[in-house]
Amino acid sequence: MGKRVGMEVSIAVAEAACQADVDVVAAYPITPQTHIVEHLSELVADGHLDAEFVPVESEHSALSVCIGSSAAGARTFTSTSSQGLALMNEVVYIASSLRLPIVMVVSNRSLSAPLSIWNDHSDVMSVRDTGWIQVFAENGQEAYDHVFWAYRVGEDRRVLIPVMLHMDGFILSHMVEALEMVDKELVNKYLPPFEPIHRLHPDKPVTMGAFALPELYTEAKKAQDEALKATWPVLLEGWRQWEALTGREYNPVETHRTQDAEVVLVTMGSMGETACEAADRMRNQGTAVGVMKIRLWRPFPFRQVREVLSKAKVAVVFDRCVSFGGQGGPVASEIRAAMYGEPSRPRVVNFIGGLAGRDVSPQDFQHMVEEALSKMQDRQEDYEIYGVRG
Amino acid sequence: MAKPITEITWIELEPGCVIVEPGNARKYKTGDWRTVGHPKVDTERCIKCAQCYIFCPDAAIERNEQGYFLPNLYYCKGCGICAHECPVKCIDMVPEGE
Amino acid sequence: MTEIKAFGPKNLPLEELFAPGHRACQGCAEVLALRLALKALGRDTVVANATGCMEIVSTPLPTTSWVVPYIHVGFENAAAVCSGVEAGLKALMRKARLPRKQVHCVAIAGDGGTADIGMQALSGALERGHDMVYICLDNEAYMNTGIQRSSSTPYGAMTTTSPPGRLSFGQSTQKKNVAEIAAAHGIPYVATACPSYPWDLMKKVQKAALVEGPAYVHILSVCPTGWRSQPEESIELGKLAVASRVFPLYEVENGRYRFVPKPPKQVPVVEYLKKQGRFRHLTDSMVEEIQKNVDEQFRRLEAKVRISLEAPQEPQE
Repeated sequence: MGKRVGMEVSIAVAEAACQADVDVVAAYPITPQTHIVEHLSELVADGHLDAEFVPVESEHSALSVCIGSSAAGARTFTSTSSQGLALMNEVVYIASSLRLPIVMVVSNRSLSAPLSIWNDHSDVMSVRDTGWIQVFAENGQEAYDHVFWAYRVGEDRRVLIPVMLHMDGFILSHMVEALEMVDKELVNKYLPPFEPIHRLHPDKPVTMGAFALPELYTEAKKAQDEALKATWPVLLEGWRQWEALTGREYNPVETHRTQDAEVVLVTMGSMGETACEAADRMRNQGTAVGVMKIRLWRPFPFRQVREVLSKAKVAVVFDRCVSFGGQGGPVASEIRAAMYGEPSRPRVVNFIGGLAGRDVSPQDFQHMVEEALSKMQDRQEDYEIYGVRG
Repeated sequence: MAKPITEITWIELEPGCVIVEPGNARKYKTGDWRTVGHPKVDTERCIKCAQCYIFCPDAAIERNEQGYFLPNLYYCKGCGICAHECPVKCIDMVPEGE
Repeated sequence: MTEIKAFGPKNLPLEELFAPGHRACQGCAEVLALRLALKALGRDTVVANATGCMEIVSTPLPTTSWVVPYIHVGFENAAAVCSGVEAGLKALMRKARLPRKQVHCVAIAGDGGTADIGMQALSGALERGHDMVYICLDNEAYMNTGIQRSSSTPYGAMTTTSPPGRLSFGQSTQKKNVAEIAAAHGIPYVATACPSYPWDLMKKVQKAALVEGPAYVHILSVCPTGWRSQPEESIELGKLAVASRVFPLYEVENGRYRFVPKPPKQVPVVEYLKKQGRFRHLTDSMVEEIQKNVDEQFRRLEAKVRISLEAPQEPQE
């Protein structure tokens, strides 16, 4: 049985990386990720984790070091936020196209300018198309559990794709939460050692990162696209096996009272819990509200989203960043696209809020639902930045 | 892969486009690049000093059983470094066809 | 690696670890430097290479000239990727997941990928003290993309982004001295080399690989395409670069400077410049200016060598 603790989520995530016996940690400090890397370096300094801790001189180098280390066959971990994620952007694409199963925890934070250290999903959206497997944690337990899941699925020879674990900065990263830690025996049952198909070693020399002419690049990208799509069985297997060992169930989307819901709130990340609270209140007041919480962002869970939303009249999608010059909220955009061809689909109403950590309360969700129900949004591309003054 | 590049399917690519055959560029005939001429060695005068061998950017000079260093015309690009550097001037750049 | 006391025609390492069939230009001294460096490093080597001439000529999918394990990631991060390989192998060997074996981790990048965009990653890797070798193959411009200037382009040189014109005389700044920057990091070994001195180059690369900690080797690579010189003169030009003192050959071992090999008889810089089309536009006064600067830089280097000779020796154990 696991050990129940009250622990800051960043510390829990670092503990998970330690329990997963990572070989190399390369990271650069950035608020609000710092506690993760600080604790990891403490664990290494005290001999609890046998790993090379590489204090790199920038995030671009952080992920570059991770690529080198993963290519050499080492279990590799890093973490960043916001500007750091943006700085390493070109390397993010390379890690996935080189098929290196690095695990990166992102303490989600807003992108400059203006500078802000607080939480939203603008950093998430900057890496949307990079080809990584991406999941969201809603609370500390999920964040802790998914570090193991990330290595389990990413390093699987049928996958070999890096995994990004998103957790809301400060809201999760700096919160002390109750969670259950697993023991070494369970980790050993769940997580086999990393055995790559190819590694950099003189015993079997390979060339990684060759360049492709136009005659071959398309095939390379097709292969990458198919590889990401083919991860589904392994992702689900990873969750089923974790459930069998811990009793904790995880799915590509989580639902709360959506069965007979007329209105479904759609969230990603920690807001999900607030939305559930709001849904319960509204149910008590007679409105059939449910919540769909997207856990698996990439590969996008089309089937599961369609299953949940096809019966709803309205989907209120709560985005955590603005896609300038586009449809407003990227998640709403993707929901609309996912539902477009469905015979039965809800009206999608898009709110953007909680930017740079501005608080979103259950009442706020209630207001959004009321507004969605009362006011017709004339054009599909309408969106509202919730709670803005002026 | 021996296939021409335009026939390679996406299924045949290794994950990450890793190339598993070290040095398989050897298939590529850079000797076709020559236009002006190629080196011809007069083994009578060669002192086996290995200067031509060590200075060839294309590793297109090979040592034979007798210890003489002779050009491999499959790769030789005809740059002329070997002829220029030979201390006894026993290498001449001769026109293609000779 | 079995240490070789001195490389020479009598003990030629005959194995080609960089296969012919590569797409380098005729007379490319950079690919020659690479070929020689790999002979010195041997099979137990992992190379992390930056985007550039060598990367492009050696890895057109689906072929590779690399016989040793190789990875290319980006332009500015050869040093970082190499650091990662080193850290990964170190951890795996320490945790007994790989048998212990000496594997040389080598970063290879051009002057652009080192002196400009790669400066940060290089500095970080040297400061962290990884057991690795960094080889800069310096052809003095961004040759692969069409001969644009870098901070390693010499004063007065014509490049496509420092063209001589009515208002400009070519590169207006002095060549950045990356070997000195590396030495300033206090690493155990720094050396300059040139493939025109092949045995010396191989010895220095071997030394760099065998030293514990970071080592930096800066190799002048004559580029007939970019320098507008005759392909067959690439070796001769390298010798002139050294003899004219434009590119002195030396080592810095734990801070001590030594000329290795002994500098040849000095040759006026104009003998070196006149064989290159990229300097064709220089006036006599510019050549004089270049000569003065070359002499001044060499004097400073000589002073460092002298100080190293005079400084107290390390106590013998």
